[in-house]
Amino acid sequence: MVAIALSSIFGAETADEIDLSGAWKLRLLSELPIGTTGVVESLELPGEIQHHLMHMGFVPEARVVVVRRAPAGDPTVYSIDGFEVALRRETARSIRVREYEAK
Amino acid sequence: MSSCCSTETVDFPLEPRVPGRIRTVALVGPPNSGKSTLFNRLTGLRQKVANYPGVTVEQRVGRLNGIGRADLTLIDLPGIYGLDSYSEDARVAVDVLRGQMPGTPMPDAILLVLDSLHLRRQLMLAAPVLALGLPTLVLLNMSDLMEARGGRVDTLALAQELGVPVAKISATRGTGLDAINHFLDRRAEPEEAAAASKIELPVLGNPRSYRQWATGVSTRTKYKAPLSSQWTRRLDHVLLHRIWGPLIFLAVVFAVFQVVFSIGQPLSDGFGDVLNAAGDHIAPLLGSGWFESLAIDGVWRGVASVLVFLPQILLLFLFIGVLEDSGYLARAALIADRVMRSIGLNGKAFIPLLSAYACAVPAIMATRTIENKRDRFATILVAPFMTCSARLPIYMLMIAAFIPNRPLLGEFFGLRAAVMLSLYLLGFLAALATARLLKSSVLKASSAPFILELPQYRLPTVRSLGLRLMDRGKVFLRQAGTIILAVTLVLWILSHVPLHTSLPDSLIGRLGHLIEPVIQPLGFNWKIGIGLLTSVMAREVIVGTLGTLYGADPATQSLGLQAALRHDLTLGGAMALVVFFAFALQCTSTLAIVRRETNSWKWPALQFCYMSVLAYVAALATNQAILYFVR
Repeated sequence: MVAIALSSIFGAETADEIDLSGAWKLRLLSELPIGTTGVVESLELPGEIQHHLMHMGFVPEARVVVVRRAPAGDPTVYSIDGFEVALRRETARSIRVREYEAK
Repeated sequence: MSSCCSTETVDFPLEPRVPGRIRTVALVGPPNSGKSTLFNRLTGLRQKVANYPGVTVEQRVGRLNGIGRADLTLIDLPGIYGLDSYSEDARVAVDVLRGQMPGTPMPDAILLVLDSLHLRRQLMLAAPVLALGLPTLVLLNMSDLMEARGGRVDTLALAQELGVPVAKISATRGTGLDAINHFLDRRAEPEEAAAASKIELPVLGNPRSYRQWATGVSTRTKYKAPLSSQWTRRLDHVLLHRIWGPLIFLAVVFAVFQVVFSIGQPLSDGFGDVLNAAGDHIAPLLGSGWFESLAIDGVWRGVASVLVFLPQILLLFLFIGVLEDSGYLARAALIADRVMRSIGLNGKAFIPLLSAYACAVPAIMATRTIENKRDRFATILVAPFMTCSARLPIYMLMIAAFIPNRPLLGEFFGLRAAVMLSLYLLGFLAALATARLLKSSVLKASSAPFILELPQYRLPTVRSLGLRLMDRGKVFLRQAGTIILAVTLVLWILSHVPLHTSLPDSLIGRLGHLIEPVIQPLGFNWKIGIGLLTSVMAREVIVGTLGTLYGADPATQSLGLQAALRHDLTLGGAMALVVFFAFALQCTSTLAIVRRETNSWKWPALQFCYMSVLAYVAALATNQAILYFVR
């Protein structure tokens, strides 16, 4: 529920307005637990897939919230720009994110 | 997915472009922006569906009847995220917009549809589209929903930012559409069209710069995204729950079939009674003689025996329509991804496979959402194994005739339902095994990514469900009125020529006896053999064929079709027949659509041979096993 609340608050803001005062930790998107938020750092996927994902909003500096996992534990539903997109772990592993840790 | 095999023959001559006059308008927008709803709304029901030459991307064209502008043509372009030529869809869209698509004139104006619930992301498409320099009207769709959920946007500021008019609309409700009329009227005046102001667009054509630009624009136009729907959150909490999710999923699938049989069967029976009574009333009017025999025993019995299944087939389509329109199918794909992956397919393949329970033709068209070509081909090749509604007539007939109505698990689950369910399971398992086989041999590929957008839940509209059912009903009735009518007519004639002979000595009887040795090991008699031949056109034809043949045979004429079959077939033969139908690809529409979607005859030929051989072997095994165990 926290994840969803965050997404709706963040959805109303823009990328320029993030509070950067906390500490940032580099991780893979697949490692983020449910309810956390990451900021996309880079993608390393084959051209066409990368392109598709970037058009869906997975571009550097975009904020991704981990919403929930499918009943089988994979794929995972992410919220980006207010959209919900499901990705398998193998795809999420190729997306680097900064995880925001509040002070 | 608008319609199925029905390609309307309405012709819209595409006129050449005249500068300063609007004749052709293109509808552009990202996937899920409500483009199709708007297209249907703007064109009314008369549209032409065809493929773009050389590619498998669908082209929909229609007159702007819906807003009283029948002089203008609207072209629906595939849903796209950008204008880079990465996907076939995007390539087609770019070619059409640049006037490089043979047979399609360059559009004079663009209607750009954006989903206002997710405007920030949707605006990314505006940059490359506006850069084309064509007169454009930006339509913010679902604006009623956006405002209801606390979102807002300054359309005047947005129009200034983009340098083109912007209008808030709701395609589902049909509000705000007069803005389109205004735009088309104004743009018809050349001086107005020339006055497009200079606006700043991102120079670098990559997603990142588009996004920065889109973010900037949405900030400056005070865009406030709506809260995501409370309902979607709450429903997903339950429907994607670790334990409840899969259970509800299974319950939904089971409930659909249960309802189709428990409500659909009485409906079909009632409909059948009406048809038979009508036949009995018409018969005396025709006098007695060969004409009465042709009209009633031949044509009426044949066509009516297929028509009775219309209520059940429509009911099944209604359920699949509700599941698809409500947004639940995307969740089902998410739940099924794990299973699909184990057979080497993508979770997205689940949606076409589920809709193949209604009909393989729209299902095969729905595989277009699968990005990976090999995954897509594998899905196309296994889709006809799913038990489509055309198999229902023969299943119902054989089960009603041969399986006693005995309860197994209480009132609701009887022996008949169990047999029906195992036939469905049989087709499903054949699809899984075949997919596995394909993905580890001819269609081997590195695993494709699974990228699935989860739309928000919404109530399906009566309008869109009604359109689907009408579409399906029309296809079914057309089939009954053309193919089945023709087949039964020819059969009746062949079974009465040469004149004054008994059925076994007629032309059809001789042909049947000729092929009997091949099918005898399966427990089939020559009449079934003729049914197998005619049902290559479409599966349900066999019921009409049997109706005509048994109607023409004096020994069984007075019996109903069920009683006639019981009189003539063993249990082994009857079960072998339904197993044969579970596997065989007897559907010319499916073959044609596979040819179209794979762009070669190789795949449908392979599919037909593989499924026929499998059907023969499985039917043989079934008959022999029943002979061995039951006797």
